[in-house]
Amino acid sequence: MVFLAPATLIYTAFMIYPLLDSLRLSMFAPGPDRTEVFVGFGNYVRMVTDPTWSWHLWNAVKNNFVFFAVHMFVQNPIGLFLAALLSSQITRFAAVFRTVLFLPTVLSIVLVGFIWRLILSPLWGISEDALGLIGLADLNRPWLGLESTALVTLSFVSVWQWVGMPMLLFLAALVGIPDELVEAARVDGANAWQVFWRIKFPLILPTVGIVGVLTFVSNFNAFDLIYTTQRATAGPNFATDIMGTFFFRTFFGVQLQPGNPTMGATVAGFMFLIILAGVLLYLFAYQRRLQRIEL
Amino acid sequence: MTRALIRPGRGLGYWGQVLGTHAALLAYTAFATFPIVLVIINSFKERRAIFRSPYALPDADTFSLVGYQTVLAGSRFEYYFLNSFIVTAVSLALILLVSSMAAHALAEYQFRGNALMALYLAIGIMIPIRLGTVSILRIMVALGLTDTLWALILVYTAQGIPLAVFILSVFMRQVPRDLKDAARIDGASEYRIYGLILPLVRPALGTVAVFNMIPIWNDLWFPLVLASSERSKTVILGAQIFLGQYVNDWNAVLASLTLAMVPIIILYAIFSRQLIRGLTQGAVK
Repeated sequence: MVFLAPATLIYTAFMIYPLLDSLRLSMFAPGPDRTEVFVGFGNYVRMVTDPTWSWHLWNAVKNNFVFFAVHMFVQNPIGLFLAALLSSQITRFAAVFRTVLFLPTVLSIVLVGFIWRLILSPLWGISEDALGLIGLADLNRPWLGLESTALVTLSFVSVWQWVGMPMLLFLAALVGIPDELVEAARVDGANAWQVFWRIKFPLILPTVGIVGVLTFVSNFNAFDLIYTTQRATAGPNFATDIMGTFFFRTFFGVQLQPGNPTMGATVAGFMFLIILAGVLLYLFAYQRRLQRIEL
Repeated sequence: MTRALIRPGRGLGYWGQVLGTHAALLAYTAFATFPIVLVIINSFKERRAIFRSPYALPDADTFSLVGYQTVLAGSRFEYYFLNSFIVTAVSLALILLVSSMAAHALAEYQFRGNALMALYLAIGIMIPIRLGTVSILRIMVALGLTDTLWALILVYTAQGIPLAVFILSVFMRQVPRDLKDAARIDGASEYRIYGLILPLVRPALGTVAVFNMIPIWNDLWFPLVLASSERSKTVILGAQIFLGQYVNDWNAVLASLTLAMVPIIILYAIFSRQLIRGLTQGAVK
């Protein structure tokens, strides 16, 4: 028991207790004389019914789902594609490519955010030149400054940084497939495309699920990139506001709006519910279906 | 016919495939590295050259270190680096120590509630510790730890424990029983046995270390919330604030980005093999 104590103690005191205590705080509201009074689910009700709160909540939820959708349907397919190329027997210098492609993932989000702010800055004109390469220079816009493009642009910046993660996970899964299976399919006359989609892809479905749920959790917990590039106000006009920035703003306050710890805890409560729903959906729906297929 | 299918002939199709694969990888590599390279080469240029010829390497006319001079005069990056280093190193050491002890207990002793305990410690793998921030800040205020490195170390250790215990106990279960029983017969204490097992799971300890190192070093959230004072700033928070202040001084921004990136890129170049192996191993488990 002596062995278990230190880890359990630190983990309970600084992770489990704060998580539970934060849920408890979300049921309190500031009372007179800096006290806090119990209001039950009052904060949650207020958050979804009071228009000054609910507009921000649903805006952040909606933006966060857009942010997640870009990662799920752009980042993860690109990661899978790169992993498929890297695991191919005809690829030379696969280790070098793998190392370089993973490089953006080890950099801090703060640095990545500023790098892309410079690249996308109309002052510098790099994005205009890049579009010019494919003959679309006229399409260039102040990508981070427009309400219509800022969120998707930042989602792509995040994809640029994090694509190394699904790539590595898919690569590990693909390399683990026994050669005999692939050879057998080849003998039966399958081409590379068929081998990948009929043999390899079904075999790495468990990894697809893990990548999906990891993407979901990290996206609904994201904060750094938006804070770095658009400040806590998540501009323009909250177009890039996601749950993490909404949480920070509510908790700490920003400019004229004072911080509100208990409402902050309520936002964290909503984040907790969303993440829990995602994880449970994965555990019960996805994994159970996989088990049935295996049987 | 079948033979050609088993071993693809070196025909036009084969070389087309080889070419296509490498072209795609090269194109993506260019896309992944271009922004980084662009920032580094422009950090060594004078202001006008940054805008007039952003893609050119600095030459005798355009070479300038003015950005670096601004950064070194306007901030204490070497001090922030030290803070980040201390936080990361102490957190990693604590995570490895307490998690390996807990994993040893879970893997070695059959006691009531063993499975329950393992489950309890695993909850934190999926739930981000950030959600408890409001409460964590209150705890740190009550303990008088705000604006100290200890606040960060304790949070990062708690955050690292769940996955570390999980990975380490998987590896520790693979250590043969006979080995431990033999040691017991020779009269080794339980502490001694833990000490014997530790070197046997060294690869797993490495995996846990690389898993935690990057997120701790790169974290912005907790330094911002718990330790934003000048003396406890980490390099990431320092860079964030510095970049915000000098946002219109392109030389200073490019230079500070380069200063913050290059050490990481060098370390990554040295340890990338271990890092990637560790990440993939941990992921498969």
